[in-house]
Amino acid sequence: MALLEVDAIDVFYGDFQALYGLSLQVAEGETLAVIGANGAGKSTLLKTIAGLNQPGVGDIRFDGTSLSALAAHRRVALGIALTPEGRRIFPSLTLEENLRVGAHTKRPGPWNLKSVYDAFPLLADRRSRLGTNASGGEQQTAAIGRALMSNPRLLLLDEVSLGLAPVVVEQIYAALPSITAQGTTVLVVEQDVNQAMKVADRVQCLLEGRTVLEGPPSVLSRDQIASAYFGI
Amino acid sequence: MEWGNAVVQGLLLGGLYALLAAGLSLMFGVMRLVNLAHGALAIVAAYLGLILVQKTGMPPFASIIVVIPLMAALGWLLQSTLLNRALTQQALAPILVTFGLAVIIQNALLEVFTADNKSIQIGDLAGASIQLTPDIAIGVFPLITFVVGVLVIAALQQYLARTTTGRAMRATSDDREAATLMGINHRRINSLATAIALGIVGLAGVFIGMRTQFNPYSGDVFLIFAFEAVIIGGLGSLWGTLAGGMILGISQAVGAQAFPSSGVLLGHLVFLAVLAFRPTGLFPKVVNG
Repeated sequence: MALLEVDAIDVFYGDFQALYGLSLQVAEGETLAVIGANGAGKSTLLKTIAGLNQPGVGDIRFDGTSLSALAAHRRVALGIALTPEGRRIFPSLTLEENLRVGAHTKRPGPWNLKSVYDAFPLLADRRSRLGTNASGGEQQTAAIGRALMSNPRLLLLDEVSLGLAPVVVEQIYAALPSITAQGTTVLVVEQDVNQAMKVADRVQCLLEGRTVLEGPPSVLSRDQIASAYFGI
Repeated sequence: MEWGNAVVQGLLLGGLYALLAAGLSLMFGVMRLVNLAHGALAIVAAYLGLILVQKTGMPPFASIIVVIPLMAALGWLLQSTLLNRALTQQALAPILVTFGLAVIIQNALLEVFTADNKSIQIGDLAGASIQLTPDIAIGVFPLITFVVGVLVIAALQQYLARTTTGRAMRATSDDREAATLMGINHRRINSLATAIALGIVGLAGVFIGMRTQFNPYSGDVFLIFAFEAVIIGGLGSLWGTLAGGMILGISQAVGAQAFPSSGVLLGHLVFLAVLAFRPTGLFPKVVNG
């Protein structure tokens, strides 16, 4: 049984429909990359899984249990953590305090301040810097570390590479194996297709709120992906 | 030298204003809620203290120990039943709700206690003073008020800085949605913040009752003083609120020294000057979230 099952969800923002009967499954321990152009509904999908949006139709199940009645903060306690788009680091807290807030639910597991600092040595040096004064890369790293502090079973990463220098993106993704090695299931949303293909076991491409292509990176051709991505 | 005396008295008075303003500052900081019932609730606490002292013969300072948890419980109840719901509506809703609450409280107090001025008698302590210099004497009771004000602000500051829940409050203040993603139940955090705020209001209210005469309408003026202290100090900074309270207290005392019939006016003028020239207050929070 899949750890996460998204079952034919429709999601609306007022009159605007962002997702159309979208389904996806992620097995325990798997890394799935959801790719797609701007406005394909990728971030909406992650927010809906995290509980910030409610699906109008359809259901989301985590480890077999429906999440529909569960508020966002309770989903964290179940083991779902979202690193949101734009990082959303708490600006008036230091980076270390940001990490500590991530451990609010006190879920047991391998991740704590020490293991996060081991995985992201850069953070250890900048721990006392205020969130607002941290660079984009530091903020993104802290945002991932903060999500890990809740010891999630499912880690949702939204647009990690957005607005960051390629070398910084490389550094951040270099830590991903140490995360999945703990058995953590990862659902990553990326506009950067190459990066997504490198890290994922499986790729699912969205176009205007629907799935248009799905499969392991090894069997998908560049042309297939390009046409799915741009809808041509 | 009477000017020096005015400054010292004003400074001590500032401790009370800071105490009054701390709760207002906390609630605004955590949930952007402007609590217009703040002053009325302080007067509720003053009446609670009065009842306890009169009916049970409890010493005035002991009544505080009862009033604080009562007010904190009221705060929790108010937030979880009424204000959390108001916060999900448009921005005007919480202001209207707390304004309505202030009107209801005022009229209920009027019905029960009449419009007569009351005060909580503290006996000899009211007149006790310490002679510092031949010209400056510090009242023992104002000094106690001041020390309590500083201690409460320091304790609240430490609570926000060092505890898990305090950190969660600051995180919620910065970004409510992101805090939710950390597993923080912001409604619970709101209720806790209001409970703490009203606990402090309870303390401030009983001190008001012991210091001056009060009636059901007194809340209005204390609401304004609390607002002025918060704005002068700068939103989001508790030490700023303490400084704001002191500046307001000193302005009023010096104003009273200069124009005996309209001392409060100088306090208002200082407040207006800060609003005009330093709208973010004198000690604003460094970070704009």
